[in-house]
This record gives sequence, C-alpha cells and structure tokens, in this order.
Amino acid sequence: MSFGQLPYDLAHLFGGAVLLLSFVLLYQRRISAVINAFATQGALLALAAAWQGYVQGAMGLYVTAAIAFGAKAVLIPLALHRLVRRFNLQRGVDPALGIGASMIAGVAFAGFALLVVLPATAGQRALAREDLALALSVVLLGGLMMITRRNLISQVIGLLSLENGLILAAVGVAGMPLVMELSTAALVLMLAVIAGVFALQMGESFQSLDTESLDTHRGEGE
Amino acid sequence: MMPLPWIMVFFPWVGSLVLLALPRLRVAAAVNIGCAAVSFGLALGLFTLPHGEQGWTRIDALNLPFVLLASFVALTTSIFSAATLAAEGFDHWRIRAYHGAFQVFLGAQYLALLSDNLGVLWVAIEIATLASVLMVAVHRTPAAMEAAWKFFILCGFGIALALFGTILLYSAAQTLLDAETGLSWVALKRVAAQCDADTLNLAFVFLLVGFGTKAGLVPLHSWLPDAHAEGPVTISAVLSGLLLNAAMLAILRAKAIVGAHPDTLSVGPLLMALGLASVLLAALALWRRRDARRFFGWSSIEHMGIAALAFGIGGAAATLAGLLHMIGHSLVKSAIFFGIGRAAQQKGSQKLADISGLVASDPSLGWGLALAIGAIAGLPPFLLFASEYAVLNAAMAAQPWLAVVLALGLVVAMTALIHTLQALCFGEATPDVAPGGSTLAVLVPLWLHLAVALLLGLAMPALFSSFLKAAAGMIG
Repeated sequence: MSFGQLPYDLAHLFGGAVLLLSFVLLYQRRISAVINAFATQGALLALAAAWQGYVQGAMGLYVTAAIAFGAKAVLIPLALHRLVRRFNLQRGVDPALGIGASMIAGVAFAGFALLVVLPATAGQRALAREDLALALSVVLLGGLMMITRRNLISQVIGLLSLENGLILAAVGVAGMPLVMELSTAALVLMLAVIAGVFALQMGESFQSLDTESLDTHRGEGE
Repeated sequence: MMPLPWIMVFFPWVGSLVLLALPRLRVAAAVNIGCAAVSFGLALGLFTLPHGEQGWTRIDALNLPFVLLASFVALTTSIFSAATLAAEGFDHWRIRAYHGAFQVFLGAQYLALLSDNLGVLWVAIEIATLASVLMVAVHRTPAAMEAAWKFFILCGFGIALALFGTILLYSAAQTLLDAETGLSWVALKRVAAQCDADTLNLAFVFLLVGFGTKAGLVPLHSWLPDAHAEGPVTISAVLSGLLLNAAMLAILRAKAIVGAHPDTLSVGPLLMALGLASVLLAALALWRRRDARRFFGWSSIEHMGIAALAFGIGGAAATLAGLLHMIGHSLVKSAIFFGIGRAAQQKGSQKLADISGLVASDPSLGWGLALAIGAIAGLPPFLLFASEYAVLNAAMAAQPWLAVVLALGLVVAMTALIHTLQALCFGEATPDVAPGGSTLAVLVPLWLHLAVALLLGLAMPALFSSFLKAAAGMIG
C-alpha cells in the first residue's frame, strides 16, 4: 500500500484533516468556536477510525469510530456548550501566548513530530509511520493548547484534542487490541465528566472559569 | 473460579460499591478496614501461587513484594483513617465518596502492579489517578481545588504520553505478535530483540515521561507537593506509599522490554538524569517549605529520584538497592504522614511554624514521628540507610562523580530533614487546639511501619530478599 492507492490516500486525508483541525483549534478566539472546531475534529477522527476499520477489515474499529463520533462529535461538545451558556461564558479564550505565536509554535511542533517519528519508525509500513507522525503532531498541538490558554474550557479541550491524537495513533496501528480503544474512548468520557464536575465546582467558588483566579491560592502563603 | 490475582483486583472494587451506600462514618470506616484486611490476606495468598500469567495478570518476583507492601500500607492507612476521619468534618456524601474512591484507588493499584498487559496497566494507572483526584478535591476549598486541578491536568497529560508510548511499543512489535498475546509484557520482552531499535527508543522516551509524571520525577513533579498537602491526610500516605511505586514499576517494565534489545539506546543515562535532577531540586526545595505536608511531598520527590538513579545505573546490585529503597520509602513515608496528620489535628494547622515540641506534648506520637523523620533522612538502622548506602556504592562503582553529586544532594536533604525534625518534635511546645493524646489507632500504624522498616533494615527475611534479588535480575 503506497501513495496513489485509495486506502492509503483516504487514510492520509482523514489523518491530515484531524491535524488541520488541531491548528483550527489554535486560532479560535471565541469559546463556542473552539467547541465547534473540537466537534468537527471528533467527527473527522470517527471517519478516520471507520476508514481504518474498512481497510484493515477490523470490525472493532467501527465500534471505536462510533464511540468517537457519539462522544466527541456530539455529547461532549453539547455538554460544553451547555456549560458555557449556563455560566454565561461567551467570551474570548484569553490566550497566554498570542494567536500568531501559537500558530508558529504549532508548525514547529508538527515539524518536530515528523522529524522524530519518521526516522524512528523506518522499519514499518509507510501508512503506519505517517499515521503515527500525524498523531504525534495532534498530541503535541493538544499539549500546546493546554499550555497557551488560560481559559479552563480551552484547556480541557486541549486535553481532549490530545486524546484524539492518541486514538488516531491507535487506529493506525493494524491489529492494536480492541480493549485499548474501548478503554481509551470510555476514559475520554470520564475525563470530560470529571472535568465538568471541576468546572462546575470552580464556577461555584469563583464565579469564573479562569484558572488565573486559582493562582492566588498557592496554599502555602507568601 | 476466578484466578486469585483477579479477585485481588475486583474485591476492593466490589467493596467500594458497598461503601458508596454507607452514609455512617463509623460503619463505613469499619467496612473499609475489613476490605483492606481481606485484601492483605489475599496478597499473602498470592505468595502460594506459582509464578506466571493468568490472562491479563501476571505474578512474578517483581510485583509480589510490592503487592504485599501496598496491601499492608492500605490496611494500616484504613485503620488510621478510621481514627482521624471524624476531625475532617465530612457530610454523608463525602463519607461515601471518600471511602468509595479509597477502595477504587486500591483496586487500581493492585491491577497496575499485577497486570501483564500494558494496556491494562495503563488503564489501571488512569483509574488510580481519577480516584485520587477525587480524594484530593474532597474538601472543595480553593487550595484543594487547585491541587486537584493541577494533579488532574498534569497527570492527564502525562498518562496520555504514556499511552502514546504504549502504542509505539505495540507498533514496534506488531508483526511479531499475534492478537492473543497483544500487549503482554512477557511476549513483548520475548520478541523485543527482533523489533526495530529506534521505535523501541522512541516508545521508551514517551513511557518514561508519561509514567515519570506519575512517579513525581522532575521536571514533571509539580503536582506532587500540592496533591500531598490537600485532601485528607490518608491520601498523602497512599499517594506516597502506593501510587509512586506503581508508576515506577511501570517504568521498570518498560526498561526491561527496551533493554532486551541489544542495539537500543542505553536507557540508563535518561533515568539517571531525571533521578539526579529530582534529588538535587528536592534537596534545595526542602529548605524553603513552610507547609509540613508539602515538605514531606518534596521529600517523596527526592526519594523517587534516588530510586530512579539506582535503576538508571542498572545491574543487579543497583537495581536491588533501588527496589529496597522504594519499599523503605513507602513504609517510612506513610508512617510520617500518619504522625504529621495527627499532629496537624492537635495543633489545628499544618504549617511547620505552628507545630513544635511534639515530644513534650504527646511523647508516643512525637518520638514515633522523630524516628520516622530520622529514618527518611537516611539515618541507621532503618532500611533506607541500607538502601541509600547501596545506591551510593553502586554510583561510586559506576561513575565516581555521580556518587559525589548524589552524596551532596543527600546531605543537603538530610540536614533539611533533621532541621525540621528538631523543630517539629523538640523545642518549645506550641499550644494544642485539640488536646489529648493519640489513640492506638494512630500509634499502632505509625510504630508498626517503623518496626517493619527496622526489621527489613537489620534482618531481611530470606524469602523476601530472594524475591527482590530475582526481581532485580529480571529488570537488569
């Protein structure tokens, strides 16, 4: 399987699209737009997983795709939108690092991922290698988003987007045991639930979802 | 009939379901102790089984001592918890959540230690994280919320990287494994020599950073002191006593796989660098702490650093020293948290400045805490003295400069600990907010841990030491 063949090209297209959405996440300025971009990424991830299921003939990956779609394209975004409305948080994402600088850092991260993964996996199939490189880029961009956003919802979405990268890596490696994907998918739900609980509680105690309000509570006094 | 290791994992989880339904503090605490005692019995039972795999679990010389240790610390912690939880002022929802999360955490710990499948191992560490986040946040004060949030985000990030490492590991061995063995550690270790060396290297870096976050290694340590300082004090005891060990053993399992390939980059220097950085940073940070529980949280970073350094040096002697150090640290550090937790209740504050003269105000508690802090500082005759001495020896044999830097770190940390020991236990007694001595339920866990650490330091039972030697041989 190589360049110019449909299974390869489509797998690449979907993987690349997931990565593209990671960049889209980085330059959104409104919370609701960030959530929508995350939902799109979840849907694309589901497509990527389903396509891999078709190519590898692995039924389990369809389940992974369905879980990814249900949780990441529908349920989690809905829950986050609800959270934003309930606490009246329709405001900016409050980046700690400017949008332009974040994008440059993002490009650097993606380049870094390619440089690291491609030589290190030289012995494997081309598709698996490039899939891993794309996935690592998504993981790193998710991490970048967690670092460069002060807003709590954005940070949580950074973490969730990072998990998208993990699923992308897992579905790209043929024969990865299913137990893993299921547990990962279930985990994302749990993460979101707990994060939601946190967000709610912090909303109660601070009337704000800005992690900066936490920085004063060092617990140790100055 | 389910294999015994599976029962060991599922029993605490069934117990947690029961505990979620119990709103009364006394009843829940008693059931909690009962669950922990049964788990301890099961852990002893594991020693009668032949080594090998049972599906997704495995018992071998590496995990058996740590399972026994974990269930022992869990049992004493549940006893301590029963004695001190009333002072936390929980409503019935928190009593349910706390006890439920405690047993979920324990089951996940046993699963992490016993799992043979790396996917299961990862899920176990994940569950343990979620349960401990809940326990850290249970007070819902701003400081507790910040600690829990930091813990959650940093460890979420860390374990995500560990999962990426696991996927890479599988992708390296993909063509050599069948669907049945999947992510089995034994199978991976067996075929590692035929895998692609570069992929294994990359996988190890992710696994080290990922599980290293959970083990509290610098530079991904910053969740640890806060998580130890907030939440009920029992959490600090099980975080230091169990969670850090499980993460460190995961790193060791990864090291064994990567080490089975002759051409992989040598993983030793990576572990040594993280370990040494942890020891040095923690040794300096200890001098600047004002909060007693954060102080001992930093001390945990130092000790995990020493263990990581020992594993980085490698070889049977250094690895054995590292394993002994982890065991000694778990025993003594949880004893310290029992002592400091009770002292903080008596004095109504966990600031170092507010706790003083414990030996005068409550001698049995004060002396126990003094001995425990001395033991954690590496003073003889406790186990940590023997293990630190062995680590120093191994460092001297490997790289003399390494031994010098390590010794410097150890001395700086030791003086900070002795300084704190004097301030906490001797000197002018500060007034008690809640006067009255400590009950047996506080003193027995504290002194029992000290006695075991003393016994292991002076005369390690032959069975135990033969297990640890075999384990050190397995990791290499």
